[in-house]
Amino acid sequence: MEVLQLLISGLANGCVYGLIALGFVLIYKATEAVNFAQGDFMMLGAFVTLGLVNPEYAGIPFWLALPLVFIIMGLLGYLLDIVVLRAVFGQSQVAVIIVTIALGFVIRFAVGEIWGHEPQSLRSPLALGDVRIGDLVLGLADIAVIIVTLIMTLLLWQFFQHTKMGLAMQAASQNQMAAYYMGIPVKRIQGMVWALAGIVAAVAGILYASKGALDPTAGFIGIKAFAAAVIGGFGSLPGALLGGLIVGVIEPFAARYLPPGWSQIAPYALLIAVLLFRPHGLFAQVRAKKV
Amino acid sequence: MSLLEIDSVTLKFGGVTAVNNLSMRVEEGQVFALVGPNGAGKSTVFNLISRFYTPVNGSITFDGKDVLKMAPHEVPNLGIARTFQNIELFHQATVLQNLLVGRHRHRQTNMIAQMLHLPSVRAEERAHRHAVEEVIDFLDLQPYRNSRIAGLPYGVRKVVELGRALASKPRLLLLDEPASGLSVEETQNMRWWIDDIRRQMGITVLMVEHDMGLVSKVCDRVLALADGAKLAEGTPAEVQSHPKVIEAYLGTNAVSKGGKVA
Repeated sequence: MEVLQLLISGLANGCVYGLIALGFVLIYKATEAVNFAQGDFMMLGAFVTLGLVNPEYAGIPFWLALPLVFIIMGLLGYLLDIVVLRAVFGQSQVAVIIVTIALGFVIRFAVGEIWGHEPQSLRSPLALGDVRIGDLVLGLADIAVIIVTLIMTLLLWQFFQHTKMGLAMQAASQNQMAAYYMGIPVKRIQGMVWALAGIVAAVAGILYASKGALDPTAGFIGIKAFAAAVIGGFGSLPGALLGGLIVGVIEPFAARYLPPGWSQIAPYALLIAVLLFRPHGLFAQVRAKKV
Repeated sequence: MSLLEIDSVTLKFGGVTAVNNLSMRVEEGQVFALVGPNGAGKSTVFNLISRFYTPVNGSITFDGKDVLKMAPHEVPNLGIARTFQNIELFHQATVLQNLLVGRHRHRQTNMIAQMLHLPSVRAEERAHRHAVEEVIDFLDLQPYRNSRIAGLPYGVRKVVELGRALASKPRLLLLDEPASGLSVEETQNMRWWIDDIRRQMGITVLMVEHDMGLVSKVCDRVLALADGAKLAEGTPAEVQSHPKVIEAYLGTNAVSKGGKVA
């Protein structure tokens, strides 16, 4: 029973990590750069929702606010690509990394200025309280988070497998030059990938805020999500989600069964182990050719 | 009006003139070859047509439309497809998937319908798959249909790239060195395919090729380039025996000895 409880809360955390990791991988595949602000995107998405939904701010009903949040975060991602990232286009990877780290600072500062630094809670329809089954206590929010992540994964799967734009994104990530000559507007598609990363971050943010308090430092879980992306194999979308779930599940189990403090380092210990023994990640798409 | 008209096009990289006041016309239904020594500007002409470079002056029109007004991703929509000297495929995808990307410009259903995978989308997918299977049969790619590109030999990749270009149902096919790196047998196949592409599919072909044997067998018209400028134009035999061409390839002594470019 206890195991099931730990598993569900771990999976719920893992879903949030997984969705942030998905954002990392999306951007990496499209532009071969790592967006270190992805965690802060998540935090920003949560605050934009909070600003629209909570009665002390705009007070719009949640389901009306939701499409607005997606539009705002999608537009922000798209503009970011056009205005900021295209300025460093062709520069070394380091330039992009520094730009995105700086972006994280800017987002944290701006959010703190607008909504304050105190922890707040989002009026989310997913924050449902607990349910008791015998001696088992399950957070309904946790279960809701898992279900929403499943739906999101399904939608993304359909998008990448069956839509013209999803296929264009895959093509552009594998060979930009060839993609151009198949009639794919590569730059616009890259902007759309950033928009998609913004929307996925917004979903992650809403789920995160449904599980507990939110403050401008929430984006730091992006570091764990980064570890999750590497564990899953950077460049693999299902790998990113699974990596997130693994990190999420390890934490509560390490906290319960290992000496105090271990739960904090467990994800990174796993990261190091994966890098040592399977440097391409657990679910990598690219494998070294056997000779 | 010719299908492809290039008029006094000049392209400079800094102080280097890569293409110098070049004019040429490719008629519908022709197989046209660009030949010339390395660095003559042959591939650069391809890159100009596919809008990778913008010329300093001159004009390029395809079927009366101004190509220079298009963005690179709009060129395929005119009905121009190309292959690359160094093969540009989607390496982590299968042969079938690569060919299906070639159908990209023909996809018409909207995104919501695609997400829901509605019957209209499925019908469209079946039509694309059908078109791709025709190409697979034409190029004998059946054994490789579901193989990943990353694991395929060079010769097969070359054919897959040709297939991807054909899958887009172009009117003009640009082939950048279709026979380079191929074995004698594979080159032979390439020759029959190019013949069939013209005769059965009615596609006009413009190619860059060093193998003069292949050029003289499949091409109606040849243009020789050197240092970005036109040296000679005519039938393969005319161009091969043109004194300026022999000079560019073999040096001045060869001309006096009555040599011929092999």
